[in-house]
Amino acid sequence: MTLSFREILNSGKFVITSEIAPPKGTNLEKTLHHIELLKDKVDALNVTDHQSSVMRFPSIGGCLAVKEHGGEPILQMTCRDRNRLALQAELLLAYTRGIRNVLCLTGDAVPVGDHKEAKGVFDLDSVQLLRAIRLMESGQDMGGNDLDGAVEFCAGAIVTPEAQPIEPQLVKFEKKVEAGAEFFQTQAIYDLETFSKFMQHARQFNAKILAGIVLLSSARMAQYMTENVPGIFVPQNLIDELANAPKGEALSKGIEIAGRMIATLKKDTICDGVHIMAIGREEVVPDILTAAGL
Amino acid sequence: MKSITRQKPFDEIKEQIADLDRLFIIGCGTCTTMTKTGGIDQVLEMKDQLQELGKRVSGWTVIPTACDEMTEAAMKENSKALENAGCILAMPCALGVHRISLYIDRPIIPAQDTLFIGIEDTPGYFREVCDQCGQCILGETAGICPITACHKGLVNGPCGGTNNGKCEVDKEKDCAWTLIYERLKEQDRLDLMKKYHPPHNFQVMVRPRTIKI
Repeated sequence: MTLSFREILNSGKFVITSEIAPPKGTNLEKTLHHIELLKDKVDALNVTDHQSSVMRFPSIGGCLAVKEHGGEPILQMTCRDRNRLALQAELLLAYTRGIRNVLCLTGDAVPVGDHKEAKGVFDLDSVQLLRAIRLMESGQDMGGNDLDGAVEFCAGAIVTPEAQPIEPQLVKFEKKVEAGAEFFQTQAIYDLETFSKFMQHARQFNAKILAGIVLLSSARMAQYMTENVPGIFVPQNLIDELANAPKGEALSKGIEIAGRMIATLKKDTICDGVHIMAIGREEVVPDILTAAGL
Repeated sequence: MKSITRQKPFDEIKEQIADLDRLFIIGCGTCTTMTKTGGIDQVLEMKDQLQELGKRVSGWTVIPTACDEMTEAAMKENSKALENAGCILAMPCALGVHRISLYIDRPIIPAQDTLFIGIEDTPGYFREVCDQCGQCILGETAGICPITACHKGLVNGPCGGTNNGKCEVDKEKDCAWTLIYERLKEQDRLDLMKKYHPPHNFQVMVRPRTIKI
């Protein structure tokens, strides 16, 4: 019998997750291709939930597709677009359709996305959503009513180990653990020293930490992320390494960097696994794994 | 309390008064005077603009505090000009517009967009500090309201979008939770930040909110 994602997390294995983004529209061809490509190479596949507040095919739809194709989905749920009724209802649906893993996020702000005038809901926050899941597992909804059939999920959350100042993030991290987060997929990390410091703190808690690996596809992209993506800091030596790559080989260099980082994280047992985010270049995730020796 | 307003683009006002004439302009001596959106100077400017447009202005006044009950008396004082008015062009905030509407049945066209209730930190710089949610947690958040000052209204700490004390929606905006953290640390009360806040009650009073005191 195949192990559940929770069992894999607790097996001591170096866990590998990756993510796919559903399409903007009804053409699922590319998404299905990515699912086929990755489902057997990773332990679970996240499906993003209107990532960067850009309206897309829903996360739960993508998760069902992962299930249908034999993969193990992680349902990303943000609090940006649904109030507590809608979030709970979707958890009920997810459970009945065999989705067993949920990643609870606050969600990006509405104005960073492509529907800038929409109402940001944020009826709950990520900590409250985690607690809602644990409550629903006990057979109750948030209104204090009994459920006719409860849910059960392996629930996770995110953390930003490179944010400054780090202390408020750590307080939130602890709140998430207390609320029932079993695993964390971190925001992109590049500075292993900073990350190791974070891990020293995180090790005190009973939660599995998967380091976020975001593929750097060029020096320009790395520079852009450092300047514009909150919580991401790409060290200058990595940007230089990408810039010095022979023409047309920056992506290969990025794959090499990601592979190298993953290999180090695993070899030095710094964390419990990795979450690989290739952002639009999902087809190279297998190459990253090869580069990492996995 | 200061009601912060921004004058509507004149084209929008023009559109709303397209079929109306003999306008009576009402300003306010309190909030819109302070924000320079509906005080005496702006009322007179508006009068000129309307006349340039070919509209007749039947009169104008600046009511000391348009949202309070003295507005009735101020309107009576101008009853003659108001009788001749085809409509009111209101330059107080929306609270004043509502108060005025209690005393006259002519069309009232607001000249402002009412933005928020705020305080003036430095001259001319207004900041929203309270969402009037009916469930004050300022005692636990070092006097900074995360429901108002955090873009997402988060009550259990910062989101992952903050960095260097700034907000993901605007690098000019402070992250409320970084401010709260720093102030609680200064007060040696960081334990408060670890406290779990349950989901907000959005029905403390069922809207529309009223109260009899």
